[in-house]
Amino acid sequence: MSAALRLVDVTVTYDRHPAVHHVSVEIPDGACTAVVGPNGAGKSTLLKAMVGLVREVRGRIEFPHRDRSKIAYLPQQSDVDRSFPISVLDMVMLGGWHAMGAFGAARATDLDGALHAIEAVGLRGFERRPLSTLSSGQFQRALFARMLLQDAEIILLDEPFNAIDARTTADLLALVRRWREDKRTVVCVLHDLEQVRANFPHSVLLARELIAAGPTEQTLTAANLLRARAMAESWDETADVCHPGEAA
Amino acid sequence: MAFVYDWLFAPFIEHGFMRRALVACLALSAGSGTVGVFLILRRMSLMGDALAHALLPGAAIGFLLGGLSLPAMSAGGFVAGIATALLSGVVARFTSLREDASFAAAYLTALAAGVMIVSLRGSTVDLMHILFGSILAVDDMSLALVATTASITLLGMAAIYRPLVVECFNPGFLAAVGVRGSLYHYAFLALAVLNMVAAFQALGTLMALGLLLLPAVAASFWARQVVTMALATLPMAAASGLVGLLISYHSGLPSGPAIVLVASFFYIVSLLFGTHDSVRLRFAPPAHLRA
Repeated sequence: MSAALRLVDVTVTYDRHPAVHHVSVEIPDGACTAVVGPNGAGKSTLLKAMVGLVREVRGRIEFPHRDRSKIAYLPQQSDVDRSFPISVLDMVMLGGWHAMGAFGAARATDLDGALHAIEAVGLRGFERRPLSTLSSGQFQRALFARMLLQDAEIILLDEPFNAIDARTTADLLALVRRWREDKRTVVCVLHDLEQVRANFPHSVLLARELIAAGPTEQTLTAANLLRARAMAESWDETADVCHPGEAA
Repeated sequence: MAFVYDWLFAPFIEHGFMRRALVACLALSAGSGTVGVFLILRRMSLMGDALAHALLPGAAIGFLLGGLSLPAMSAGGFVAGIATALLSGVVARFTSLREDASFAAAYLTALAAGVMIVSLRGSTVDLMHILFGSILAVDDMSLALVATTASITLLGMAAIYRPLVVECFNPGFLAAVGVRGSLYHYAFLALAVLNMVAAFQALGTLMALGLLLLPAVAASFWARQVVTMALATLPMAAASGLVGLLISYHSGLPSGPAIVLVASFFYIVSLLFGTHDSVRLRFAPPAHLRA
């Protein structure tokens, strides 16, 4: 299977300490891949590196077949100021950014697309509601609607179902399945291994370094998970400088 | 009727300086509402105030070189305002000092330096003019400056509206689609400084923000969308200018504080009786609905 995204010897550091250490992995094209690992394993950092939101990146991140501008990214802790006076519709419309840009006018098709996306996530009737009146689940639905409109080829989700109830999770997972049917590439950070096994055929097991990657049933084995859990979470102030070739 | 005429219309009909002052206030009101709304939404109200004070040393250097000439003081004020905004941003980015702290430091330095520079040559009266404004001395040149500022502000805010809104409420999204939000942040700051410079003749450096911020704060108690908030600032800012000028004329009080106090009055009324988050709703909440 060809790769939508190829990481070659990627190291991401914060204050010289690696959060992701010499990771080389391929994300299969047009499939759903889960990124799994303990807290502090560098899962979020890996996603941020793919979007280009972290600075201290060594190694290469390649997009062999896909247009890099067509990435949609849902951060774990969205920095959205939910008290900002903006309506659900206006927020979802931002998903058309690549078509509209900073200055272009919104076309009727963008509006139609936004209304459809709002309906698809089950928020019909909420179009004019201010963002501040939404519950966490409704807000997450609105963010998914914006991603639907973004029409991205690569979709990166960072723990999208945290603190979300079962029904909303089921609805949003249905959208992920729809993306899979559309042959879009989805990369999703998750903690619930049952969710992963049920919905994500591919997995990347990360513990700062790559533990395993590939088909989910071969990746999330008891032995691999144990190795991941044993990962030192320490931030060693006295750690030596890492020289190339020295790492596993 | 005669009383209404005497109180409301006569000052403007009889005196050219009152007409010019009124036009300046109205033009200022037209442009500054949107800027004020965004200052609040970006939680920069106090930073904006600090920025306004920081115009002083620039205006003072202009005063030193050109006397009480508006173009010289305005140009100086604009340069000083932009420099303060940029420097504070840079200091905050490259050190661990928070941006509000670096703004406060910059503004205290600027205020002290400004007063010293004016005192080098000017009298106390000049200092009072610069600190508290002299809208009754608005000439054609100042009018042109204020009107141009209002036009540039409205066009500029319209141009950067979308990225600025996103930069305010979801900067991460802007970064993820590959747009440098700081660019629009600084464009906005430049417009804010421009408005403060225009307001500085009317209200002085100490209260330049009065017509920008007070109507915008008041509007936040009435409206729940950016556009309606900006529109709601308009009548309040314009009325503050008009009523403030009249009070100042009839009772011989300084015009800058009079205008700002009327704007404060709108703020207090809005705080008490607004349709959104006001004191009235806190103490007498309307009955809740079934669903």
